[in-house]
Amino acid sequence: MIVLSVESSCDETSVSIIKDGTNVLSNVVLSQIDIHKAFGGVVPEIASREHIKGITYVFEEALMKANINKHDIDLVAVTKGPGLIGSLLVGINGAKAFALSNNIPIIGVHHIAGHIYANAIKETFKFPLVCLVVSGGHTELILMKEHFSFEKLGETLDDAVGEAYDKVARTVGLGYPGGPLVDNLAQQGTPTYDMPDISLGDTYDFSFSGIKSHIINTVHNLAQRKEKLNVENLCASFQKTVTDVLLQKSLKAIEEYDAKMFLVAGGVAANKDLRRKITEQIKQVEVIIPDFSYCTDNAAMIGVAGYYQYQKYTLDESMGLSGKSRVELK
Amino acid sequence: MYKEIKVNNLSEMEQIAKTVGKHVFKGFVLCLQGDLGAGKTTFTKFLGKSIGIADTINSPTFTILKIYENTLDLFHIDAYRLRGIGADYSLEDYIYGEGLCVIEWYKHIIESIPNDKLVIEIKHLGDTKRLLKIWGDNQYEKIVEAINN
Repeated sequence: MIVLSVESSCDETSVSIIKDGTNVLSNVVLSQIDIHKAFGGVVPEIASREHIKGITYVFEEALMKANINKHDIDLVAVTKGPGLIGSLLVGINGAKAFALSNNIPIIGVHHIAGHIYANAIKETFKFPLVCLVVSGGHTELILMKEHFSFEKLGETLDDAVGEAYDKVARTVGLGYPGGPLVDNLAQQGTPTYDMPDISLGDTYDFSFSGIKSHIINTVHNLAQRKEKLNVENLCASFQKTVTDVLLQKSLKAIEEYDAKMFLVAGGVAANKDLRRKITEQIKQVEVIIPDFSYCTDNAAMIGVAGYYQYQKYTLDESMGLSGKSRVELK
Repeated sequence: MYKEIKVNNLSEMEQIAKTVGKHVFKGFVLCLQGDLGAGKTTFTKFLGKSIGIADTINSPTFTILKIYENTLDLFHIDAYRLRGIGADYSLEDYIYGEGLCVIEWYKHIIESIPNDKLVIEIKHLGDTKRLLKIWGDNQYEKIVEAINN
């Protein structure tokens, strides 16, 4: 089965062609990162315009590199959300036009399902499986009992973990994106500052807003008392608290649901302390932490997810498909 | 009309959000201003809950806009990352749309913001203490009037 997939939820325009869910024939990614860098983040209006400029070329290159005929494609899979609404719509409408003109069924794929299934290109999933999704926009613990079944055990009630890193970085005067900067300083410090309990008791939910406010208060209070802030130690204290809670809840889920495999997905999977804690402390199950190149957005992961989704649901969403800024993973 | 209110804790904040929730209408625009950690998203959670949204309302910083479908849809915008932009046409569909639009860091997209709106500026006074500066004209006046501690 050959799937053509499209991803445009944020600032990468990507089209990929995948055979039988594992064989990546092509995966073309056009990144806008240099355009958005000047603004310290992705600007939605600019992102949609850049997607429009690039998408037909990306389609053509993906088809050319895969060296297949359009009529060999069995399914079109496209990211339906979550993401920037204007950006999503460019990919969706491109995918719809391609599906309609070539008479191919089309399905909408959840962006996070894509990040999870990026791991299925090289690894065979073993169920039940617990997945920790950690990125700039997401913090979720997901239980999968079989392919394409997602049970959300918990999620962030306020800020996503990557976002908390960005905001802490801003508070102590570092740049953007904050994750790698705080992580690097944390490696040079020791966790000497008091941090609040962010465990939320026995639940699988997360909250990073309280620790963010606590950091802001700490910085302000020290400034008022004219005391010196040790940025490395503050970063180390923040990072320890955050990675501890991610690890503890993951461990609890693995045990409670008798998981056979543990996956990490999303950009925060690149965090050094998180990687170290997970490899050191999760010994009872097979652990998969993706290479950083797999953490970024690409259409291949949507194609793989789409392949498994279609095996299970065989639903042609056709021209009714539309984009969503926010959509539940189920 | 302009008003200042001191709130001492989260439950007083929730009461104010509930009062706003009683007065919302199609096309309602609420602008929230305040530093990181002031409680803008917390206020939005309370407001969303008061108009019947059961899903978790969490930060829209990453995607800039999150849409919560409801009897009255909630469009939750965070323009934090749009500093220096001034306007965003793609967001205007929602700002001038048929829902309740809550905009954090609205000054970053000030050219896209309508004249008539409710503004709540949240100032940090202490751990859970906040000063709310509230203003609005025309159809928003009676809401400012209704908000009391």
